[in-house]
Amino acid sequence: MNREKGVYWKLFSSTFRLSAGTFGGGFVIVPLMRERFVKELGWIEEREMLDLIAIAESCPGAIAVNASILVGYHVAGCAGALLTVLGTVLPPLVIISAISCFYSAVRDNALVNMAMNGMLAGVAAVICDVVLTMGREVLGEKRLMPPVIMLLSFLAVRVWNVNIILVILVCGLAGAAGTLRRAGKGVRRHDLS
Amino acid sequence: MIFLELLWSFFQIGLFSIGGGYAAMPLIQHQVIEVHPWLTMTQFADIMTIAEMTPGPIAINAATFVGIRVAGLPGALVATAGCVLPACVIVLALAYLYYRYRGLTTVKGILAGLRPAVVAMIASAGLSLTALAFFGQKSLPADLGGVNWVSVGLFALALAALRLFRAKPIHVMLVSGALGTLAYLLF
Repeated sequence: MNREKGVYWKLFSSTFRLSAGTFGGGFVIVPLMRERFVKELGWIEEREMLDLIAIAESCPGAIAVNASILVGYHVAGCAGALLTVLGTVLPPLVIISAISCFYSAVRDNALVNMAMNGMLAGVAAVICDVVLTMGREVLGEKRLMPPVIMLLSFLAVRVWNVNIILVILVCGLAGAAGTLRRAGKGVRRHDLS
Repeated sequence: MIFLELLWSFFQIGLFSIGGGYAAMPLIQHQVIEVHPWLTMTQFADIMTIAEMTPGPIAINAATFVGIRVAGLPGALVATAGCVLPACVIVLALAYLYYRYRGLTTVKGILAGLRPAVVAMIASAGLSLTALAFFGQKSLPADLGGVNWVSVGLFALALAALRLFRAKPIHVMLVSGALGTLAYLLF
């Protein structure tokens, strides 16, 4: 009983601390979770953790939340998953709630406005950097379809005002169909040989 | 009623933001500006700025911010729950399938098909933010008369720092905030 309580508390406190102290999103926090749960606590095997990370990155939603659900469930079932989700979600919830309290009072202040305007240029640059990096990966595949999909999606969302969720559904289905077709071909070739 | 709307909006954001990190941004913009009049473009840009400088996933940060503005703390809790709910179900379901059949081939195929579209949508949302920074409005104006040269200069510096010197985003944000304040005070 005591040991179980300790496990629950450690699950919660570990994810809480990682979530509160990690800047830079899912791809930064996942390696830190691996460090904590595989190396320090030894609760998950290295190989198992890699599987969990692969699943977390394949699912919709924030990768940090997905990974924490899987870790919690793996260690202590549904109760564990609930605790790790709470641990991951609470820090941003508390921090942004606190900032929101000041936001309305402070936003019209001239100095704050100047700083926010400066940082907006910074955010624009950060996103531009992300798009350039991701875009180069897409072009680097040296296949025709990905760039065409990229261009059409951009026009669809930006120019033709197509619903963004529709674009995601269509492209996801196209990706699934392509994979299944390739897999089918692979099987047939295998049968012939 | 407002709680149901918050729940459903952020449920959709959680469900369709595939590919991590910035994939949620265009969906948030769509839901809280276009579908619902919850934030102005400037407020959306503000929460993206704040999210960049605080820990935690962008979607959770946005859910809390929008929820509080629309319906106080309960609103923040409902929006955050909506955001996490799809992941809870899908992650555990996929984990089950994964251990049963060993392999994520189809899922990987879906992701591969989505990646170019996700890049395009992030680019579109990024363009809105850039236009806001340069011209104070979300679409590019016909003539470039009202351009904010301080913003353009900061953007160029920040991009150079990120691309050439691999600077950390949080450092870029802090420096551009400080330089921006200084520049606006001087000019």
